[in-house]
Amino acid sequence: MRVALFVPCYVDLVNPEVGVSVVRVLRKLGVEVVYPQGQTCCGQPAFNSGFFDEARSVGRHFMDVFEGEEWDHVVCPSGSCATMVSHYYPFIYENLPDERDRAEELAPRVREFSDFLVNVLGVTDFGAKLEGRAVFHTGCHQRRELGVLEEPQELLKNVENLELLDWRNEELCCGFGGTFSVKMPDVSVAMADEKIKALVESGADTLISCDSSCLMHLKGRLARKGRDTRVLHLAQVLDGNGG
Amino acid sequence: METKKPANRRETEDRRPEGLTSPVEGFNDRARRAVRDEELHDSVELFTNKSVAGRNAVLNALPEAPELRERAYRIKQETMANLDRHLGQMADAVEGRGGNVFFAETGEDVVRYIGDLARRRGAKVITKSKSMATEEIELNRRLEEDYADLDLEIVETDLGEWIAQLAGDTPSHIVGPILHMNRRRITEVLSETAGERLPPDVEALGSFARRRLREKFLAADIGITGANFGVAQTGTIATVTNEGNGRLVTSVPPVHVVVMGIEKLVPRFEDLSVFVRLLARSGTGQKLTVYTNFVTGPRAPGELDGAEEFHLILMDNGRSELLGTPFEEALYCIRCGACLNVCPVYRQTGGHAYGSTYSGPIGAVITPLLKGGKEAKDLPHASSLCGACWEACPVGIPLHDLLLKLRNKQVQEGITGRAQGLAFKGFENTMKNPALYRISGKAGRLAQRPLAKAGAPKTLPGPLGAWTNSRDLPKLAPKPFSQLWKEGI
Ligand code: SF4
Repeated sequence: MRVALFVPCYVDLVNPEVGVSVVRVLRKLGVEVVYPQGQTCCGQPAFNSGFFDEARSVGRHFMDVFEGEEWDHVVCPSGSCATMVSHYYPFIYENLPDERDRAEELAPRVREFSDFLVNVLGVTDFGAKLEGRAVFHTGCHQRRELGVLEEPQELLKNVENLELLDWRNEELCCGFGGTFSVKMPDVSVAMADEKIKALVESGADTLISCDSSCLMHLKGRLARKGRDTRVLHLAQVLDGNGG
Repeated sequence: METKKPANRRETEDRRPEGLTSPVEGFNDRARRAVRDEELHDSVELFTNKSVAGRNAVLNALPEAPELRERAYRIKQETMANLDRHLGQMADAVEGRGGNVFFAETGEDVVRYIGDLARRRGAKVITKSKSMATEEIELNRRLEEDYADLDLEIVETDLGEWIAQLAGDTPSHIVGPILHMNRRRITEVLSETAGERLPPDVEALGSFARRRLREKFLAADIGITGANFGVAQTGTIATVTNEGNGRLVTSVPPVHVVVMGIEKLVPRFEDLSVFVRLLARSGTGQKLTVYTNFVTGPRAPGELDGAEEFHLILMDNGRSELLGTPFEEALYCIRCGACLNVCPVYRQTGGHAYGSTYSGPIGAVITPLLKGGKEAKDLPHASSLCGACWEACPVGIPLHDLLLKLRNKQVQEGITGRAQGLAFKGFENTMKNPALYRISGKAGRLAQRPLAKAGAPKTLPGPLGAWTNSRDLPKLAPKPFSQLWKEGI
C-alpha cells in the first residue's frame, strides 16, 4: 500500500509534529508514504469566506499535485481539509464538467487519518500507550459530512492506560470555524468556553482530536485561562508522542 | 341573559423599540453584548437543552424519521416546482367555500388589506395568534400608524407573544418567543400590566393572563392567525399549537383573517401527515402538539362555529424571487425552530442578536434573501458552518451550504469590500505557487521572532488582534513539515 500524504498548511507551518507522527504510524503499519512536493493548501479559507473563484483556483493546484496514479490513497490528518476535497470540491466545480469529473474521481481516494486506519487498513488496536484521562473532540466536518465518528473512538479505546471520558454536549462546535474565529471573536470564544466548561466538568486532563485547527483554537483559549490541559492530535497519541 | 362586550381596556399598544426597523447589520455588536449577558445565557441554555433532548428522544423513537425527512423535502420540492398551480388551486378551493382570497405582493399590501377591512367592519379590537408572517411585516405597528384614526387595539394572544408585546419586546425564537426572559422578568411584566404585584408562580401568572385575555377574545372584532400549512387541494388552513388561544381567535370574532406565506403550501391533505409528525417532534419534542386545527373557509349554513367572514391573504414579500434559484430550499422551512436550538451561535447569542423576526440559522439564511443582502450582510457570517442546523432540520434544508452560497453572493455583488478581496487574491496567488508559499512561511517565522520572545502575544494589530484578545496565538514551528520531510523522518 502506498499513500500520498496531504499535510494541511497549518499543520505544515504550526504543528509539523502531527505530520511526523502520521508518517511514523503509517510506516509502522507497513504503508509506504510519499509526500508530494508542491502541495500547499486545499483552499478552504477562501471557500468558507465565499471566495469561490479563488478556492477553485487553489483546488485546481491541489488536484494537479494529488491526482497521481502512483498512490492508492491520499491521507490527511484533518477531518476538515479532507472534507473540503472529498465533499466540497464536487460542490464548487458543480458547473464545470471537467473539473467536476476530476474532483469526483479524487474524492473517494482522499481519506481522513482515522478513517484510513480503521476502514482501509482495518486497524483498530495500534498497541499504543498513554497515561491519562481524555475527552475526544470530533470536528464538525468529520462528524457531519464525513460521518467518521466511531473510528477515532475505537482507536483510542485500545490505547493502554488511557481512560476515555464522556463529556456534555460533545456534538457542539468548538467555535473555531476558520475565519469565523476572527470575524466573530466574541461568539467564537463563548463557544470555546462552553466546550472548556464541559471538559473541566468531565475531569479530563487531555483533549484529543483529529483536527489541529479545532485544537489550536481550544488550546489558545485554555492557555489564556491558565489551564494546563494536554492537547493532542490522535496521530500523536498513537505514535506515543504524547508529551 | 345578554352577554355584554367587555370594556376596551387598551394596554397592548405596540411599542417594540428594536423591532424590524432596527438595522440587521451589526450582528457582531449585538452578539458581543449578548454573550456577556449571563441571565440571557442561562435562559437560552435551559430552553434549548430541553428542546434538543426532547427532540432527540421522540425522533429516536420514530424509526421512519429519516424517511419522513426525505419525503418532506420531496414534497416541498414538488410544491415549489408548481407553486403557481398550487396557489391557484388553493384560491379556488377557498373561494368555492365562500372565503375571500387576496394575493399580497408586499407587506404594505397586507397592511392595506387588513386596514381597509377593519375600517369596513368598524373594528376596534383585533386578536392574533400564531403568526410569524405578520411579525415579519410589522403588521401591528403599521396598522396602528397607518390607520391611526381607527384607534385599533391589536392583541397578541399566544401567551409568550402577549408577554413580549406587553414588555415592548420582539420574539426571540420561532417557537419560544420569550425564551430569553426568566420568571422574574415575566412576573415583572405581568405585574406592571395588572397594576399590582403578582406572585411569581405559574398558577397565579397563568390565571391573570387567562382572565385578561378572555376579555380580549370576547371583545375582538377580527381574529388574525398565521398558517402552519395550507392544503392546496382542499383550501384547508392547518395550525398546530399548544394553547387553546388559537381556536378562540379563529372562531370567536365574526371575521377571521389568515396571513400565510406562499411557501406554506402543501399539495394534498395526506401530506400533512408527514409534516405534522415532523413539526411537533422537531420543534418542541412532542409527538403531537396539543391542538391541531383545521379551518376551511367561513362558517357554512348549519355549522356550529367559525367566522362569518373568512379572508386568506397569500403573502409573497420576496419569496417568489427565490424560486428556481440556488436559494429555493430556504422556502422549504416549516418554522419548527429545531435549527435554532442546536445552533451553537444561537445558543450563545439568543435571537435578538440577529436583528430580525427570523433568527438562528434559518434567519441568517432568509433574512438577507428577503430583506436584501446589503442590509443583512453580517448574517451569513454568523455561523461557524458546523452543520448542526442541517442535521436537525426536519425538511433537510442544507442551511450551512446556503450560508456559503450567500457568502459567495456577497463576493459577487461586491458587498464584501476591497480589503478582503485583496487578501484572498493574495491567498490564491500564494497557494497556487509552492515557492511563494514556502517563502511566506519563512517570512512569517522571521516576523514572529521578536513577538515570540515576549511569550504569547496579548495584542496584535489587524485581524489577528481579534484572536489574541482572548486566545493565545500559536507560534509557527521552527521548521515546517516540508523541511522535516526533506531532512528525513
Ligand atoms: S430551517 Fe429547518 S430546522 Fe430551521 S426552522 Fe426551518 S424547518 Fe425547522
